[in-house]
Amino acid sequence: MKDKLNIIVMNGTVDKLLAMATIVSGAVAMGKDVTLFVTFWGLMAFRKGAWQDPAQQKLPAEYQEYAPMMQQAMQNMGVNPWMQTLRTAKELGNVKIYSCSMTQDLFGMKMGDLEDVVDGEKGVAGFIAESQDAEVLVF
Amino acid sequence: MTDTAKQGTTVKQEIDARGSACPGPLMELIRGIKAAGVGDAVAVLSSDPGSNKDIPDWVDKIGFELVSNEDLGGYHRFVVRKTR
Repeated sequence: MKDKLNIIVMNGTVDKLLAMATIVSGAVAMGKDVTLFVTFWGLMAFRKGAWQDPAQQKLPAEYQEYAPMMQQAMQNMGVNPWMQTLRTAKELGNVKIYSCSMTQDLFGMKMGDLEDVVDGEKGVAGFIAESQDAEVLVF
Repeated sequence: MTDTAKQGTTVKQEIDARGSACPGPLMELIRGIKAAGVGDAVAVLSSDPGSNKDIPDWVDKIGFELVSNEDLGGYHRFVVRKTR
């Protein structure tokens, strides 16, 4: 088992973001260093306050009909919002979060537009270089 | 909160994570253990069924001691000692 887990966060739908944040937590618990490279729709979801705004919380179209049921079940179970889970993981472990500089340019986003959980921006080459000795997941 | 659990272990802190889903209880336990001193025991209450696997797996991997795991009906109480 490698001690570094690097994740490319490409998707901006809450199902994948929640799974990603939960996996980051598990990795942190097991002592891994985690680096996220947040790109495309993933980065849209990291805009300030997006995770709290129901209008910006998306599910994949094919699962849209389950949204109300899922929301209710998650509330009953006490599932935390994904951003909160990610923040806790970052607080308790070594988690670095980088936005994709190309996506930022594409969407005209500044660092100030993003949640402060994001540590900085990186280009793809920088991320790949940092992934040399890491396991890499795409979400 | 201080009480004496099985095997004479003094629990320095008891965390009530009931009502919180995976990975909440484990992360709360980790937070508590980080703040604890070596030799201290921390208890966590969890109603998340996943904790019953996750917490022992975590303790095993990290190399701490699972002092007890009690089923209290609807929730478990785990006592973990920070051994190093």
